[in-house]
Amino acid sequence: MDYVFDFSFLESFRSEIINGVRLTILLTVVSILPGFALGTACAVGRLYGPRWLQTAVTIYIEAIRNTPLIIQVFWLFFGLTVLGARIGPFNAAVIALVINTGAYSAEIMRAGFQAIPKGQLEAANCLAMTRRQIFWNIQLPQAAELVYPALVSQFILMMLATSIMSQISVEELTGVGYQVQSITFRGFDVYLVIAVLYLALATMLRLCLHGAAQLAFTRLRKLRTPL
Amino acid sequence: MTVISMNTVHTPVAPQDGAQPMVSFRDVHKSFGALEVLKGIDLDVMPGQVAALIGRSGSGKSTALRCINGLEKINDGELTVCGRNLRARDFELRELRKEVGIVFQSYNLFPHLTVEQNVTLAPRKVNGLDAAESRALAAEVLEQVGLSDKASSYPEQLSGGQQQRVAIARSLAMRPKLMLFDEVTSALDPELTGEVLRVIGKLAAGGMTMVLVTHEMAFARQVADLVVYMHQGRVWEAGKGTMLDDPQTVELRQFVGSGL
Amino acid sequence: MLGVSLDQYGFLVQGAFWTVVLSLMGFVGGTIVGLPVALARISRGWFLCRASSAYVQFVQGIPLPVIMFVVYFGVSIYGFDVNALVAAAIAMTLYSSAYLGEIWKGCIQAVPKTQWEAGECLALTNLQRFIYIILPQALRIAVPPTVGFLVQIVKNTSYSVVIGFFDLTYSAKILNNATFKPFIIFTAAALIYFAICFPLSRYARRFELRLHRRNA
Repeated sequence: MDYVFDFSFLESFRSEIINGVRLTILLTVVSILPGFALGTACAVGRLYGPRWLQTAVTIYIEAIRNTPLIIQVFWLFFGLTVLGARIGPFNAAVIALVINTGAYSAEIMRAGFQAIPKGQLEAANCLAMTRRQIFWNIQLPQAAELVYPALVSQFILMMLATSIMSQISVEELTGVGYQVQSITFRGFDVYLVIAVLYLALATMLRLCLHGAAQLAFTRLRKLRTPL
Repeated sequence: MTVISMNTVHTPVAPQDGAQPMVSFRDVHKSFGALEVLKGIDLDVMPGQVAALIGRSGSGKSTALRCINGLEKINDGELTVCGRNLRARDFELRELRKEVGIVFQSYNLFPHLTVEQNVTLAPRKVNGLDAAESRALAAEVLEQVGLSDKASSYPEQLSGGQQQRVAIARSLAMRPKLMLFDEVTSALDPELTGEVLRVIGKLAAGGMTMVLVTHEMAFARQVADLVVYMHQGRVWEAGKGTMLDDPQTVELRQFVGSGL
Repeated sequence: MLGVSLDQYGFLVQGAFWTVVLSLMGFVGGTIVGLPVALARISRGWFLCRASSAYVQFVQGIPLPVIMFVVYFGVSIYGFDVNALVAAAIAMTLYSSAYLGEIWKGCIQAVPKTQWEAGECLALTNLQRFIYIILPQALRIAVPPTVGFLVQIVKNTSYSVVIGFFDLTYSAKILNNATFKPFIIFTAAALIYFAICFPLSRYARRFELRLHRRNA
């Protein structure tokens, strides 16, 4: 039990690690909003859409939620390559993350829409607002606020899930770790550091999302209501 | 006070010459599944009149009120509101709702918006008012309900009575020709009821046409031009407020006697 | 069939077998560790509460592939021969214990407080109250989310591909390298995952609806 830690790789591979962190953040940031938008659209389609749309959305959600992300990524990346569509690993990763997060946020947002009291819609209808106006001004803000904590958890899970993208050669943080350990043979030390970096990223993302909530939900900010 | 047979209505305030009723029920039927809730209602409310629907729960009074702005669809008969036939082929529900305001028992204020935003949302989105216009409008209607100082508060910061007054202001901001009140004080503590009733009384005095479902007998007697006692899905007795002092039917006598 | 031989489909099924094995190991391990975590999370002891909370936040803030790597390399520095199955099982145990601990904590807390008070009136000790009154009720509440999490476990065993554990995902990856038929192979793999996960998801949802109806 005389293991000696050696973190000297932090110095020698500094720029690689920083690039890995950058790529992880980039993957996360560009996937969150489209994923949320897709999820919201699907929730709406499943709740209020015509029969065929409800069925289609349900199939999409169940297919994604009951298969691993990594299989979805392989399917998309290798499949598209065989078809001759060279969209590149980064784009494939983002598309996979958006499709995946969309399915999960769809279920979260659906719960949010269903939790809005019926009286809210009745009141808005009686004020002669159109379906569209009611959606944007009443339903969406209220549903998003109700389920925001669940959305935050989902987005953090998505950030963590970017760690498998090195499997299709997107060299995010975990992928950089693999390269570093294959050169230094300090796998344990390297991945301890990587783990700490992810913890920091998760904490940062949580703080950012809570900050975004303070901006988006004016009432919570003014009344200092915790989410 | 005259005794009236079932399904006919005596209109106590003499209508002005040629005036059309604001609300007109003709043999209106409404069922929920197999349950017939309205069994042929006839009722006229003239412009400027205040009509109070009273009766036990299950008598159909709330359903009748909700039919007026299309929250419930009638199954049979004819219902005309603000000159629009609700069963006409070219009937536009949204157009009707621009002219008819409704206040609910449970307020249904939008919790994520301030009082002012609650009041101005529909005028801005539906009627296209700009920021300055809607701000002035909010100031005006909040003044009317005595809540000028609460414009930037959120609903959860207000008492029940204040929330209900905001709900009234929200309806008024659409400049309705007709206001409906659905048991608006039933959810309130007795000490908060007065402030809401005073606002409604003021509106009535100002000439607003309104139909209200209420349990407040004293209030109905005082402000209503037309009191309509509903029983088992029918208009059982109707007349001026004084009808309550001298009920002609056993049912109304019992109802008044029960102190409801 | 579709340009992929029966043997090759058999290869996928073989991988699926190890996916199930790893899932079960992860679930059993997660239960053994997760139950104490849940109890520690609701304990009144300051240290237990803090320590268990820190454990949960730690595990939930680190991607499972990274946990896999840490365990994989960690085991090796203590001189053990690195077996991918052992490393993956330990990683799955860490991962699922944190989530299961958090889920079960919620279930225990979901039992109405009055039930504790009622137990007090019957002069039961703390332990007796927990075992005879709270636990049976919490268990019922816990069934749907636990089964639901089982789906997460099955899906997330696929991350063991990063340390080279032979499971369904790994076998599909190898097969794809050999045949270059990604759509067919990964669709087949996805269907196998779906066949395992979907019944569990459905059962969890059904059971939850039943609980809701009973309580309504």
